[in-house]
Amino acid sequence: MNFSQQLIAFKTIMVKEYLRFIRIWVQTIIPPVITMALYFIIFGQLIGSQIGDIDGYRYMDYIVPGLILMAVITNSYSNVVSSFFSAKFQKNIEEMIISPLPNYIILAGYISGGVARGVTVGITVTVVSMFFSDFQIHSLGITLAVFVLTSILFAIAGLINAVYARSFDDITIIPTFVLTPLTYLGGIFYSIKMLPEFWQTVSMANPILYMINAFRYGLLGVSDIDVTTALVIIVAFIIILFTLALSLLNKGVGIKP
Amino acid sequence: MSVNALKIENLKKTYRNGTVALHGVNLDVMEGDFFALLGPNGAGKSTTISIISSLTNKTTGKVQVFGHDIDQDPATARSMIGLVPQEFNFNIFEPVIEILINQAGFYGIGRKVATQRAEKYLRKLELWDKRFDMAKELSGGMKRRLMIARALVHEPKLLILDEPTAGVDIEIRHSMWTFMREINASGTTIILTTHYLEEAESLCNHIAIIDKGVTIEHTSMRTLLDRLRVETFVLYLEDPLSKAPICGDYPLKLVDSNTLEVGVAHSQTLNEFFHLLSECNIKVLSMRNKTNRLEQLFVTMMRDGNAENYSGVQA
Repeated sequence: MNFSQQLIAFKTIMVKEYLRFIRIWVQTIIPPVITMALYFIIFGQLIGSQIGDIDGYRYMDYIVPGLILMAVITNSYSNVVSSFFSAKFQKNIEEMIISPLPNYIILAGYISGGVARGVTVGITVTVVSMFFSDFQIHSLGITLAVFVLTSILFAIAGLINAVYARSFDDITIIPTFVLTPLTYLGGIFYSIKMLPEFWQTVSMANPILYMINAFRYGLLGVSDIDVTTALVIIVAFIIILFTLALSLLNKGVGIKP
Repeated sequence: MSVNALKIENLKKTYRNGTVALHGVNLDVMEGDFFALLGPNGAGKSTTISIISSLTNKTTGKVQVFGHDIDQDPATARSMIGLVPQEFNFNIFEPVIEILINQAGFYGIGRKVATQRAEKYLRKLELWDKRFDMAKELSGGMKRRLMIARALVHEPKLLILDEPTAGVDIEIRHSMWTFMREINASGTTIILTTHYLEEAESLCNHIAIIDKGVTIEHTSMRTLLDRLRVETFVLYLEDPLSKAPICGDYPLKLVDSNTLEVGVAHSQTLNEFFHLLSECNIKVLSMRNKTNRLEQLFVTMMRDGNAENYSGVQA
């Protein structure tokens, strides 16, 4: 396939994936928005009003970046894991495997679908958060970079999960037992400076901490982590996971007997 | 020099659980051929097809599509193949036309051309009125036709049909046969697997039979059918008989008072037989082959376990 044919193929997967989650917007867009609105009301307004400022920001404002990024992480991941696993389950992944599509185009196509959903939900949640918080964007470049890079990273992670998954249970195990705890412990609701020194050190091993803090820096200008270090870590994870995912697709793991 | 549409040499496949599906399959399919790939359930037909179309990794062996090795030049080889698999494998939640346009997109065909081709093949396969329906809403026969349309949308040179008419009613099956003949006549090489042996006999020029993961027969349909030395015909009589008559050296058997069976060797003619029946004042209302010829050969080959033991079979 020449470059223009590859571009057509990429656009085909991207549009197909976009239409997939838009078609079922009641399941894909609305629930995370409602969940985040409840977080804003309960943790931000009701409980947050009883908590003092953190790093000079109201508690409501402080948790907004983390909650937006949590929506991005969850939706990028779940879009790809459910879409790719469904394609495996219904066997329509074979439509791509028998075609001359290179595997990196398949991978890029699914990532683009994950990013599209992550960004769509992220923007929607951001709009909702404006009803509760009047934050100003500190650095648009860093905000957008973290927004998109995080989305890419978790879209790839979702695909790797789907490659290994053999049942619908397998696509919920990682989000439930790994992703959610890491996200909640990644500093959405608190600054790690509030933790004892030991737990601060332990928290540094959580990659999601870097993303949330970098995103918080982009929006509010405050972070527990050096932003450059955070960006380097996110990009490094993307490179590692992309290479792993491509290698799995090339070997046909979970797809070809 | 003409290139084979498909060339398979010593293809072997052992699955991870140790099951050996293919022990060494060899196939040559000429360009433009209508080729039957037959075998009992579990013989290795679908594994062979899956390897040709890159859905399964082979263990060893060589597969070339129009001279392009599936390992060394996979993209070119794949671009020449259209596959209609045995099981439905489209997204049931997508509209029919989107399934075709997306499939074309995977081959790098732009949306405008893809839409034109989707219309062409959906009309040919009588699915145009259903183009905006979700695939899950189609009947079984329509789903089969959708998979044929999808396999053709990138206009492959080699079309592989894995039991395309399974579960399809007779009327639609016949219209699909006509369509397949048209596609073949336009230059597309077709490989067909089917359990309807009448279908294979009617459509195909060459045939290979796989059993237990090896090719046990690979020849032209005519050569294979010529090996039937005797065909059995069933005759329906106007007047009842009490016992089988004697008509020259034709073996006759009275099935019931109005039904006779006769074995006619290739060296004999039906004219001579009917002449003898007339002399005996026996009037025939109608007649038919007792069984489909290919079916009889196939059953005997599977029963005897090899290709050499069936040449004397009587239908």
